[in-house]
Amino acid sequence: MLAIAPGRDEEPPPVFDTLMLAPLPERDEALRTVVRDLLTRHVCAMPADQRARSWQGFDAGFSRALGRAGLLGLTLPTAYGGQNRGPFARFVVVEELLGAGAPVAAHWIADRQSAPLILRYGTEAQRLAYIPRICRGEALFCIGMSEPGSGSDLASVRSRADRTATGWQVNGHKIWTTNALHSDFMIALVRTSGTAADRHAGLSQIIIDLRTPGVTIRPIVDLTGDAHFSEVFFDNVALDHDALIGGEGQGWQQVAAELAFERSGPERIYSSVVLLDAWVRHLRAVGRQDCVALVGRLTAELAILRAMSIACTARLAAGDSPVVEASIVKDRGTGFEQELPLVIGDDLAAHPDEPVDAELYRTLLYVTHIAPSFSLRGGTREILRGIIARGMGLR
Amino acid sequence: MIEPDMGLVEPFVRMLDDAAGPTSVRAIEAGGTWQPLWQAIVNSGYLDALVSEDGGGAGLTLGQIAPLIEALGAHALPLPVADTMVARALLARAGIAAPAGPIVLAASLAQPVTGALLADHALVDTGTALVLSPLVALNPEPTGVHGSSAAQLSGTPHGPVMDRPAGGLRATAAACRAALIAGAVARLTTMTTGYANDRVQFGKPIGRQQAVQHLLAVMAQDMIACRLAARLGAAWGMPVPPLCAASAKITTSIAAARVANSAHAVHGAIGISADFDLQLLTRRLHEWRLADGSEGYWSAVLGQARLGQALLGSDSTTIEWVRSQIFRDM
Repeated sequence: MLAIAPGRDEEPPPVFDTLMLAPLPERDEALRTVVRDLLTRHVCAMPADQRARSWQGFDAGFSRALGRAGLLGLTLPTAYGGQNRGPFARFVVVEELLGAGAPVAAHWIADRQSAPLILRYGTEAQRLAYIPRICRGEALFCIGMSEPGSGSDLASVRSRADRTATGWQVNGHKIWTTNALHSDFMIALVRTSGTAADRHAGLSQIIIDLRTPGVTIRPIVDLTGDAHFSEVFFDNVALDHDALIGGEGQGWQQVAAELAFERSGPERIYSSVVLLDAWVRHLRAVGRQDCVALVGRLTAELAILRAMSIACTARLAAGDSPVVEASIVKDRGTGFEQELPLVIGDDLAAHPDEPVDAELYRTLLYVTHIAPSFSLRGGTREILRGIIARGMGLR
Repeated sequence: MIEPDMGLVEPFVRMLDDAAGPTSVRAIEAGGTWQPLWQAIVNSGYLDALVSEDGGGAGLTLGQIAPLIEALGAHALPLPVADTMVARALLARAGIAAPAGPIVLAASLAQPVTGALLADHALVDTGTALVLSPLVALNPEPTGVHGSSAAQLSGTPHGPVMDRPAGGLRATAAACRAALIAGAVARLTTMTTGYANDRVQFGKPIGRQQAVQHLLAVMAQDMIACRLAARLGAAWGMPVPPLCAASAKITTSIAAARVANSAHAVHGAIGISADFDLQLLTRRLHEWRLADGSEGYWSAVLGQARLGQALLGSDSTTIEWVRSQIFRDM
């Protein structure tokens, strides 16, 4: 007779035991009122197809209003202009913003990734120079990772920063850089020693002021007609010594930690929720009940993804860097985000004699067209599943 | 919301490891005696976990004992232990003395009741009341499904009568099935990962194949979704709010079929064989998926509530609705 759980498989890998149901602290829940006040003034009147852009919706004025209301830098220390609240507060605020489809692109990357990165790896001077401005919504950041020859294989980046008498000289070419055109700074992953063959060794992160001579930014129009990402060229860009962030040669480890911020959190489950709400409003307006099971299944999936995202937030709050857990939430979450436009489109078009208003139709097709990007940005589905498999002990 | 009490779990799992290993499970499935295993469970003292302390029990909530039900699922236990725990708590609340043997929850007599061949009593939801009926009075007919302890029940239940909780028995029974599924899914994920690391084909473990890794990565996602769904379903105790049962049973029932398929796909032919333990868990998964409402039933319940409330004029977003109705503003 074969044992039900042979030998070393008796104990599940630790990664599986860390995601547990967690309540949101009441003090953080209270932030919803503050966010809703801003949403009423800035967002609620926007058409659904504009709100569905949310992540890609750029409104620097709205980001500064969030900063004034104390809703940026929630996880950052007050000494640097932050709110010293933690990941749960950020979860609540982000859930409100994305649920409403607020235009968050202007401050998003700076608030979510750049500021925590600078806090963790930057010098005191760098923290003081950048973080307070990020918390006010006044310093906008982009992330220079992908290059024409380096997508999922990030370790193959070829852009270089070479030491000079006064600091660094940067040459190279980044692409698919979200919001580069509207940003003040880029944190770029570049090679500071060796060659692409050295892989993870010899990579570093540097902060580039995008107004420095030698920087050229060319917007790339996407399939929805938006130009949220760009190509960025560096031609003998001269930077000071303090452009280096963190350790020289530590770029790979720093990027891995940074991506955990990007992959966790409610942003990876709510990209299509404005469409879901518009569809539910439509069903209510036409009084149709033949799709209750579909509505119920999607509602349940959203609920459990929310539980998973909060569980992941709890790991961040406990001081972990939940790389594998965040990949689990993002892979399942983006699958849900991508399913929504397909099943909603099928439902609406399965009733070809039922009028659909133009705003809902535009929202549906916008989300349908942009949905493939959900499982590309921040790490492709295939890369994430590889990370999860390694976390399960598969080699 | 009440957090699960993990300190309870270890001795319970140890007891199950000793008394309810695969050999014992197989013997019961083959028609052997289940009384010694039942006695071990009775002796463990856990059967009255949900009964109040005044009533002589441990006074725990369903949310606190969810990990115990998951452990029952992980052992592919055919005996209706979770059902009995729930029934004994309901009987104690109603001031009715509980019988000594296993009790199944029968939210309806229309379809086979899982575990009924291994029970002495059924707590039957007649639609107007709950009746504790001796099983023999309900003419249990085996389904003819190989290895299954489910039975078709019929007739009129006779016995002590108690008030029917709001929403009836089905939501609470479904929350139990969800936790059983979550436990079995977790065990299957561990077993399948171990097998993928051990089984060598083409000169390397099949777990090194990217296609296999990706299948297992999705299993891990289902496993975590099932655990959180089951815990969310149990978090507010008994009677389980129907919309909480719904999100738990929808998620776990969808995952049950997917995980069973993936586990078999990775194991290949050996997983189909009776001698290998995989099938104990996968057969149970399919039975629990169909018990007390599948994903289709509960999706309709949840969807109706969502659209119905919208029709009443509430213009809440999906996130707001989920927060208030399923997370209950946790």
